This record gives sequence, structure tokens and C-alpha cells, in this order.
Amino acid sequence: MKERSITTRKAVNGVVTAAAGAAAVFGLAMLLWILGVVILRGIAAIDWSFFTQLPSPPGESGGGVANAIVGTFIITVVAAIIGVPLGVLAGTYVAEFGRDSRFASAIRFCANTLMGAPSIVVGVFVYTFMVVPMGRFSGIAGSVALAIIMLPIVARTTEDMLRLVPNSLRESALALGAPEHNMIVQVVFRAARSGMLTGIMLAVARVSGETAPLLFTTLNSPYWTVALDKPMANLTVTIFNYAMSPYTDWQAKAWGASLLITATVLIMNLAARAAARERRFGS
Amino acid sequence: MIGSATRLEAPAMTSTAQARRRQRLACAAFRLCASLCGLLIIAVMTGILLELLLNSRQAISTFGWKFLVSAEWDPVAGKFGALSSIYGTVVSTLIALIIAVPTSLVIALFLVELCPKRLSGFFRTAIELLAAIPSIIYGMWGLFVFAPFMAEHVQPLLSEYLGFIPFFQGTPMGIGMLTAGVILALMILPFVSSVMRDVLEMVPAVLKESAYGLGATTWEATKDVSLRYGKAGMVGAIFLGLGRAIGETMAVTFVIGNDHSLSASLFASGNTIASTLANEFTEASDPLYLSALVELGLVLFLMASIFQIIAQLWLRAATSKMGAQ
Repeated sequence: MKERSITTRKAVNGVVTAAAGAAAVFGLAMLLWILGVVILRGIAAIDWSFFTQLPSPPGESGGGVANAIVGTFIITVVAAIIGVPLGVLAGTYVAEFGRDSRFASAIRFCANTLMGAPSIVVGVFVYTFMVVPMGRFSGIAGSVALAIIMLPIVARTTEDMLRLVPNSLRESALALGAPEHNMIVQVVFRAARSGMLTGIMLAVARVSGETAPLLFTTLNSPYWTVALDKPMANLTVTIFNYAMSPYTDWQAKAWGASLLITATVLIMNLAARAAARERRFGS
Repeated sequence: MIGSATRLEAPAMTSTAQARRRQRLACAAFRLCASLCGLLIIAVMTGILLELLLNSRQAISTFGWKFLVSAEWDPVAGKFGALSSIYGTVVSTLIALIIAVPTSLVIALFLVELCPKRLSGFFRTAIELLAAIPSIIYGMWGLFVFAPFMAEHVQPLLSEYLGFIPFFQGTPMGIGMLTAGVILALMILPFVSSVMRDVLEMVPAVLKESAYGLGATTWEATKDVSLRYGKAGMVGAIFLGLGRAIGETMAVTFVIGNDHSLSASLFASGNTIASTLANEFTEASDPLYLSALVELGLVLFLMASIFQIIAQLWLRAATSKMGAQ
């Protein structure tokens, strides 16, 4: 290593320290900039009819996105109903039964790769797998796409959380004569409950803001639809369509919908984090 | 008495045996369900690959390898080449990495080494919330706020001082490759910096202390000790960011301009694989058109999977090394 004077070394250190602080402040500033814009423009667009009325025809002002709010809620809930149990069970298999077997490693490998799969590719997959055979876009296809995105996330967090449960707990349950499945559900799950809940909430929060997998599965709809086998209105695709339209009123609606989605996702995220923090203090 | 006792015992015996059998059955059923769900993950993964291959075979057989190197994209004439989409994907991802990797590194350094304990939780949450904001919100902000900002303030400056480089020539329109890259950088920053933070935190204190004991400054201890120690983890973090940036769809679709042309200028409109899919998939009525789009999806899936796998391997190498210490 070449010799350098203490002043240069201290100067370099100072520069890096300043850059580090500046970068952290930059990250914070970007967050505030984005949130500020979304909140200001969103609040301006939200009124009572925003929540209660159907979309207005192109170019006409007024109307709301009530159908899209309900649609996003339905699609996300159905996705969670499909994705969460399957993910939890898959994670349980890897953590409790498979452990380091080759099958479990293969599951872990596929889950990791799936987590990195672009969400739009999942949309293409569900299009060819469900929309083409069914002959039409549908709410359920969107839910399946979101469930596929949730599945590996839930499985991996479940596995990680179950692995944190000490073996002595499992052994004491088995020693009391509990069958294996009772031991897992009533003892291990209970011990890992808050961690699993945090993971599930984070996964639901993430998919509720997804757009790309819905673009060619659920599409969008200007009507009231609660039937899962028909195209369904949803907030994120509505934002995309409205933002790209030339009508200022629709663009304002897109900001309103943006605020609604952002607030929901961030609140769920913070709630999940709070749940995780409670666990740390509790134990 | 004995008779009645046995009569009493006998049914009790069978019921425990029955209960035991039922328990064993329940156990086996639970185990089977769990393993089927595990199998489902493998099935979905292979299913995606097979579906994409199957549905793109018309394009694959029509264009062959030329699909990847031809820049011609003409749905009317039925000619499809992925080059402009692949180029846009690579360039926007590179811009994102060039900005995000050094920034993430100093943010991780700040959080681990420099930041006072009381503030670090706050900064951590703020950076992680950046990751929680949905992609489409970045798109809205990018299209209506950030692109005009780039056009008015950043791009004129770049073309004035760096205009001799072809990258920074052309009309500053705001939307285009550069803006898309900057927004991508912002989106992957939380992921990269949180992995880098974990890596820096895993460096044993005794190593850093010995560097400080020899008179190293904070930066020297980080650069010569922590970074060297956690090299594998750092590479893993970069590939993780790469895998994320490459498939990002909505934010890019909003700001990249969606144009199938190749241009050296970063101010020009372009497209990425993901943005082409988002824009054209529902419009594709012709089977060959659809098949070409599915093949684009296949290319994207393979690219993202490869980076994801490389990231896994490096991160595993990092943790196993650190676990051994």
C-alpha cells in the first residue's frame, strides 16, 4: 500500500462520511418528494363521489372509482385466500419435514427464483394458462397471478420464521405425546406466529399495489362487477389507463387512486413492521 | 367382576387404537398436503418456463436466433426482432446500477458505521418504505413530476457540459432512457442497500477493531477490511438489484417513451422488454405477434432468473464463509 499523509487520509474519510450522510438524506428526500406529490395531488382529487360513484365517460368530469376500489379489494382478498395457505404449507414442508433434503432444496431454489421473476412475466403466464382457455379476462385470473407472486414470498418467510423456533419446543411437545401435525400447528406455529403474520402482511401489501400482472389477466372494467369470471375494475390498472389518457379529469382521478393505493400499502407495511417489533420486545 | 372389567377395557382399547390410527392418518395427510404445496412451487416455476416456451414456438420457429439480434419490429408486416427491447432493458438497468450501487454502498455504510443509534431506525424505515411504494406510483410521479424536472433542470445541464458525449445529445424531452434509469435506480436502492447493510453488519467487530487499532480511518477500515471480507455478499447484492431492475415494468412504461428505435442518446425514447409487453400484449390480435411477445417474456424470465441464481450463489458463499468464522 502506498504511503499517504494523514491529512489526505482524513480528507478522504471526511468526503466519504459527507457523501454517506448526503446519500441517506437524499433517500429520505426522495421518499418525502414522492409522498408529498401523491398526497397533495391525491387529496385535491378525492371527494365523496370518488368513493361512491362509477367512472364517468371519457372527457366528462365527475364520477368516481367505487367499482375499482371494490374490485381491487376482492382481487387481493381472493389472492390472499389462495396464496397464503399454500405458501404457509410449502414453507412448513421445507422447514419441518424436508429440512435439507434434496426435494426441500429444490423447493427453496424454485421459490427464490420465482421471487425474482418479473411480475409482468407472471401476467403473461396466467394469460396463456387461464385467460386463453377461459376465453376471456377475469378477476379470478388476476387473483391467481397475484397469488403466484405471493406464494414464494410467504413460503420463504414461513420457512425462515419456523427455523427460528428452538428444537427444544418441538421435542417437549413430542415428549408429551402430541402427534407431529399437532406439534407443528399448535406449538411451532404459535411460537412463530407474529413473524409469520408480518411476512404475510408484507406479501399482501406488496401484491395489492401490483399493476403489471393484472394488465392482461383482469384487465379493467367501467362497470360494477363482483363476478370473478368477468373482467373486473381495479385501482392500479385504472391509474395506468387514466394517467395515459388526455383528459385532465381522468388524470386527477389517477392521482386520487394513487393516494388511496399508496396509503393502503404503506399503512399495511408499517403495521406489519410494528407487529414484528412487538415480538422483539415480547421475547 | 373380571368379565365386566374386560368388557369395559376392550372397547377402550379399540378406541385408543382407532384414535392412534386416526392421528397417524392426520399426520400423514398433513405431511402430504405440505409436500404437495412444496411441489406446487416447483410446478409453477417449471410451468411458467414450459408455458412460455410452448406459446412462443411459432415465433421461435419463424425467426430463430435472428429474433434476438434484429431491431425490426413491425407488427403490420409481421416482422419481429427483440434487439431494441433488449437494448433498452440493458441500458436502463446499467444506468440504474451505475447510480444505485455506489449510493447504496454509502447508505449502508452510513447506517452501520456512522449514523447515531437513535436516528438509524428512522433512516432504515424511510429507506425501506421507498421499497414499499408500488411501481405504478413511481410511474405517476416519474411521468408528471420527475420527467418535467429532468427536462427543465437536469438534461440541459448535462447536454451543456457533457454534450460532446453522444449519450447526452438530443432534445431534452424529459421522458426517455435516462429518466427511466434514474427512477429504476431509486427503486432498487432500498433492496441493494439493505443487503449491503446486512453484509457490513456481519463483519466481525474484532476485524474492524484491529483495523482501527492500526490507525485506519472509518473509510479505510470499511474499504480494506469490511468490503474485502464481505466481497461475495456485495456482489450478491448487486446481482439482486440487477434482477429487480431488469423486470421492473410500470415505472419504466410510464417514462421511457415506448419507441422501438435504437438511439445512442440517453435522452431519446426507447423501450424495454417489460414496457413492450405492458403496452402491446392486449393489442396483439395476430398469433405470430402474440407469440413474439411471449418470446420476449421468455427472454426476460431467463435473464431475471439467471441474475437471481447468480445472486443466490454469491450470497450463499458469503453467509457460509461468515458462518464459518
